[in-house]
Amino acid sequence: MSASLLFKGIDEPGLNTLKVYESRGGYASMHRALRMPAEAVLDELLASGIRGRGGAGFAMGKKVSFLPKGSIDKYLVCNADESEPGTFKDRELMQKSPHMLIEGIVIAAHAGQLNHSFIYIRGEYSEQATILEAAVAEAYAAGYLGDNILGSGLTLPLVVHRGAGAYICGEETGLLDSLEGKRGNPRLKPPFPAIQGLYQGPTLINNVETLCTVPHIIAMGGDEYAKLGVETSTGTKLVSVSGHVQRPGNYEIELGTPSREIIYGLAGGPPEGREVKLWFPGGSSSPVLTAAELDLPYDFNTLAKAGSMLGSGAIIVVDDSTPVLDVALKLAKFYRHESCGKCTPCREGTNWTVKMLERIDDGSATPMDLDIMASVQDQIIGNCLCVLGDAMAMPIGSMIKRFRGEFEAHMEAAQLASSAAGSSSALAAQGAL
Amino acid sequence: MSLLGRRNRTPAKSTDATPAQPAAGHNASAGTPAQAAAVSIERRRLQHARIPRYAHGSRVPGWDDAVDLTKDPAELPDPAQVDVPRALRLEIEAAMAQYPDSRSAALPALAAAQRHHGWCSPEAIEQAACVMRLTPGYLTAVATFYDMFEMHPAGKHAIYVCTNISCSLCGADDLHAAISHAVDGDADFNVRSFECLGACDIAPMASVNGIYVGPISLDEVDALVDDLREGRSPLPAKQLNRRPSTDAGANDYPGGTPTDQRSEKRGPS
Repeated sequence: MSASLLFKGIDEPGLNTLKVYESRGGYASMHRALRMPAEAVLDELLASGIRGRGGAGFAMGKKVSFLPKGSIDKYLVCNADESEPGTFKDRELMQKSPHMLIEGIVIAAHAGQLNHSFIYIRGEYSEQATILEAAVAEAYAAGYLGDNILGSGLTLPLVVHRGAGAYICGEETGLLDSLEGKRGNPRLKPPFPAIQGLYQGPTLINNVETLCTVPHIIAMGGDEYAKLGVETSTGTKLVSVSGHVQRPGNYEIELGTPSREIIYGLAGGPPEGREVKLWFPGGSSSPVLTAAELDLPYDFNTLAKAGSMLGSGAIIVVDDSTPVLDVALKLAKFYRHESCGKCTPCREGTNWTVKMLERIDDGSATPMDLDIMASVQDQIIGNCLCVLGDAMAMPIGSMIKRFRGEFEAHMEAAQLASSAAGSSSALAAQGAL
Repeated sequence: MSLLGRRNRTPAKSTDATPAQPAAGHNASAGTPAQAAAVSIERRRLQHARIPRYAHGSRVPGWDDAVDLTKDPAELPDPAQVDVPRALRLEIEAAMAQYPDSRSAALPALAAAQRHHGWCSPEAIEQAACVMRLTPGYLTAVATFYDMFEMHPAGKHAIYVCTNISCSLCGADDLHAAISHAVDGDADFNVRSFECLGACDIAPMASVNGIYVGPISLDEVDALVDDLREGRSPLPAKQLNRRPSTDAGANDYPGGTPTDQRSEKRGPS
């Protein structure tokens, strides 16, 4: 079923201004949270069971509780580098309701006793960054950011930091390096950012949607929030549906909604006369599922059991008019372009996967190539500092597994074509002689 | 093609090498797979022919040149010798003041330098390095990592056409080819195919000087280019900020009839 928490009244004109946001009850949760002890706020977050909405699905409350105690510099970084293909939910939140994000950041900073905060927004979102900056200025003027917020003793500056176009900066440690003014190369983990992150200090990194949910958790109470959704995946989720659907867009659902209801009910399904061939349940990095799996409930654990993942909540639908090879090639080229080049399996694996897919396309592949390609994917997974390589290996591997017949048919047809082209050019050459 | 040739990026890192290819989904419609394969072979041959080999056999210049040990190590630019425009200096210094560690301002500083100079020219980088007290080499290393920093002179109108998966399913490769064709030879334009811009709800789309526009149909390309040439806002009716967030109607009526009129135009035909 569709639900409405983050998206309640999202289209109200002027919601991006402090006045309208407050008139709708905004910042009430912040006032409330700042009067509570930090431990009580953290307890609410733990009780809510909210899992990170950025892709990894790690419990947010737990992440906050990992932060070391004591009066040292601790940082909060909001990951707004939404670059996962197919994902556009954070863009909508920042553009329409930036104060909800700021409110969430202040509450989370209070819960973890953090004293610096940053929003790392991707450089392409320049319209949204401008809106955010205006909202941050308003919040400073109202005393919701800066020194001693509302007399609670919490001091929190917030900086909107614009990226400059790199997918890898959405990876948390790559993001930290980029925020420190370096090339966005991921770091070795552990130590995890909660212990040693930005400027070597403890750092809490959360996605925009996760932080936007925090005010709602405080308003409802953690236990009440946990009643939404299913047991291991609580709450609501924004899903971005795109590709071959009639009504692409962001939809807020309760976790556990059947996937068919999202793709057909909300997004209208593929155009008339077409069928769903494959779909990515959680952005382009998630292993693909087929039409047979459309009835799976949309939540973290069910999708993991089905061999895929909920990821960032971006459903990309591909219908039967598109060859699976085109999809695979498009993806592989994307990951090749975005690989930072630091780890060999990813740098070389993405490059060779593209080359092998191109060989299938132009008819110079042998049937063995599919096995080699599948083994390349196996050797990327788990062998790099970050999961960018895995993010290519998992969907490509799943496509080879599920659509092997189609790859083989394409290969044979292309081989026939190239041998025909070869013999005709040989004939032409003879004619010229 | 001339636009692309001039950019001269490394082929492995560049998506700009893609426009010569047929669109995704194109193979299915362009006759038999046999013809498609023949086109593909020809395409790869041409791509390789474009990049000449050097005398030492590599396509990368100077890869086997020894390091020049007689050269002085890189130094911080001397503020007395580097003339930094006042506005640029103030902008970079304001960015540096925001962070606990001023080096964090590297990206904002480079972005500011690019705005002032049109691209990250050696002078632009030297000026930013001078204000930040870093070596130009360091900032060059940072700038080359990020797609939005132009390391070669670029047209003032940046059109980033998203050609990632969702947009290409909706015909983005054809759109990129059409826009490239419409501005061919005009040095004012910087048309690039770009990775997912995070606006798959308006696919196929483009970021035009930072403004998201979409869905753009092929017959709107000329209007878009004309808008830019005459200094108007690009396709105002198609800009993202005019679009209501999500299809509210669809949210209210699960399983209802398609209310979005765009549904008629969508998808490859």
